[in-house]
Amino acid sequence: MNILETDSERLLTAVRSLLERKGIISTAEVMERMASTDAASSGQGARMVAKAWVDPAYRVRMLEDGTKAAEELGIVMRGMPPLGVLESTPEVHNLVVCTLCSCYPRAVLGYPPFWYKSASFRARAVRDPRELLASEWKTVVPDDVKVRVVDSTADYRWMVLPVRPAGTDGWDEERLAGIVREGDMIGVTVPAV
Amino acid sequence: MFLAGETVRVKDQWPEATGPVHIRTPWYVRGLEGEVVRCLGEFSNPEDLAFARPAEKRPLYHVRFLKGAIWSEAKPDDELLIEIFGHWLEPVGQERP
Repeated sequence: MNILETDSERLLTAVRSLLERKGIISTAEVMERMASTDAASSGQGARMVAKAWVDPAYRVRMLEDGTKAAEELGIVMRGMPPLGVLESTPEVHNLVVCTLCSCYPRAVLGYPPFWYKSASFRARAVRDPRELLASEWKTVVPDDVKVRVVDSTADYRWMVLPVRPAGTDGWDEERLAGIVREGDMIGVTVPAV
Repeated sequence: MFLAGETVRVKDQWPEATGPVHIRTPWYVRGLEGEVVRCLGEFSNPEDLAFARPAEKRPLYHVRFLKGAIWSEAKPDDELLIEIFGHWLEPVGQERP
């Protein structure tokens, strides 16, 4: 079967033509949104994390308003849900999940990994996050560190500002950004060198 | 409006039982008590928005629940942080509807 001749593709083409013909959205705007969606990747979030690690004033602004902090680095947030940033510390480890569907901070992390949408990840993340992290990611949260599971149920999208790992003293932003992985910014893993 | 630090209870209501709905309040906290962390702003009520009905802006709160209050096997001081619309919350001490 040719994918361009499926019913869903015809429906999409029809809806897009109607939106354009009625002046609701232009072809240019559709193309711009497709480009920004494709450009969104976890590299964007990693740049924010690295900057927050070296610039205390930026860290404060980022925890206050993630959307503005992303825009400061040139990340396109127009039309995206508000971004909130939760800071993990030596006392608290944050884990992001969406038990109702698959809400994900796409503007700064790109498309969610396939397992993020699985019923198994969603159920285990809220019910037994310590076991989930240890068995699937070898992320062992010590007993004296509180686990805070953030169920992303409504209009915000959440990312985690992880703890800067030891052994990175004197590193510049670019080098720091290079060690921040997608999983670190939703809390299934922690940055390591 | 609820204030940061206020104890609230999620309404023990199940509109799913009576017809098609779009509810953003997870089942596992209905009827349970939590603590308001902060108001996140006002957003169009998704319960109307999902059906293309006029949707009023409603306050959205970040509410903290202790894991031990939900699942007995959980580490008691681990917590859940959930976005819940104001119309799903009631002050603790008030009679249940």
